[in-house]
Amino acid sequence: MASDPPIPSAHASAEGPSAGIVLDDLAIQRALTRIAHEIVERNDEPARLYLVGIPNGGVPLARLIAQNLREIAGVDVTVGVLDTTLYRDDLLARGVRPRLRKTEMPSAVDDRSVILVDDVASTGRTIRAAMDALMDFGRPRTVQVVALVDRGHRELPIRIDYVGKNIPTRRGDHVELRARPGGEGMEVVLMQGASGGSS
Amino acid sequence: MMGRGLLAIEDLEREDIELILDTAFHMKEVGQREVKKVPTLRGRTIINLFFESSTRTRTSFEIAGKRLSADVVNFSPSSSSLTKKESILDTAKTLDAMDPDAVVIRHQVAGVPKQIADQLTAPVINAGDGAHEHPTQALLDLMTVVEEKGRIDGLTVTIIGDIAHSRVARSNIYAFTKMGAEVRVAGPPTMLPAAVECLGVKAFRSLREALDGADVVMALRIQLERLGGALFPSVREYSATFGIDRAKLRFAKDDAIVMHPGPVNRGVELSNDLANRRPSVILDQVRNGVALRMAVLYLLAGQKHGGPSEA
Repeated sequence: MASDPPIPSAHASAEGPSAGIVLDDLAIQRALTRIAHEIVERNDEPARLYLVGIPNGGVPLARLIAQNLREIAGVDVTVGVLDTTLYRDDLLARGVRPRLRKTEMPSAVDDRSVILVDDVASTGRTIRAAMDALMDFGRPRTVQVVALVDRGHRELPIRIDYVGKNIPTRRGDHVELRARPGGEGMEVVLMQGASGGSS
Repeated sequence: MMGRGLLAIEDLEREDIELILDTAFHMKEVGQREVKKVPTLRGRTIINLFFESSTRTRTSFEIAGKRLSADVVNFSPSSSSLTKKESILDTAKTLDAMDPDAVVIRHQVAGVPKQIADQLTAPVINAGDGAHEHPTQALLDLMTVVEEKGRIDGLTVTIIGDIAHSRVARSNIYAFTKMGAEVRVAGPPTMLPAAVECLGVKAFRSLREALDGADVVMALRIQLERLGGALFPSVREYSATFGIDRAKLRFAKDDAIVMHPGPVNRGVELSNDLANRRPSVILDQVRNGVALRMAVLYLLAGQKHGGPSEA
């Protein structure tokens, strides 16, 4: 478990013309606690829950939600990691192949209430890929989706069940979960006008 | 670097090798799933063009392609018009017109995959050409060593056998030296190329010295059928001098592993007992071969020359 893929650090990220913090660490913690409460509310058998983080950002978030669920409901929820790269619909059009990331599904998904966890939801294509990947691992009872940020621009009929925060963006903006510069914790930044924001 | 195919380890940078290995380890996880198939290369066509027979490598590439959902077509000379004296290049052009997304080629003559690659728009993967290179074998060997030792850098690797006529040896010499290992070769003088030190390796005629402190002992297949005994007096003598058994393995490090590209001539390069169990990792090499070839196909298939993919 020590080798989760790192989320970007503030220093490594290319800062756009204007980068603003839209969620600080405290706001992220509060959102995840609220989401954990909502998950307990909507799933009457917490023992069936199975959190699946989508790398990279979804993985630390899934672990934090699991920690919240332990405190709220006293359950040890399974946490998995599911890379969606091999299921993307734009792989061969892109030329250079993206690097693969870790997949680690510690137990079967059959008959479990799977909750996919992503950092930033937008077009819905990552969630689509994640659902296809998940189905190859078995037949979950239900599949629900958490996104820390929903930035809109959906291109597929996909609904996010648990949203940390809705953030209106323009198409060219870039929203990213990253490690807080020089310290513990995470933050979500919005970089306006930068290109390449699809999640 | 990787855009135009994989013809030789000699052409690769260390970063290319690291990317391929990293990808291969992820592909290995796919092979351990209940559904060992991902839709990545759906609708893509891979042609296995094997002029020289090879069930093992061809099957490995075929499984790799199928696990990525590609359509894999096997094309071998006995079943093709090559027997009707069609030239290799005509065959290549014919195949190209069928618009494959990758072509995997094995040929008994060094350089043929490169020659064909120059005629094709699809990327070519060399599956072994004469005594030149067998890049995917070397990459799967690297992968197996990383799995066993956690690294390549600083290891001592001893390759034993017919170094001069072995494409496996040549690719592995490039691969392991590029990744920072010390490579030694050992064999009868008739099997050591004259200027083998130019490749950055140390040559030994004494097995004992070559094995001293080795982390990896790689025995090559002696091509009994090909040589007819011309390069060494007798199989028995070769086996007594250079065949690896548990007694000779004591010269190497205590935790040394034994590798072999297969198929093993039992009792010649390796004792029967070593061929069967640890510290030999022969079946791990085969297992990793599928994952490694999936990685290569993932990184290359569909990357047509002159397309937008040249990066």
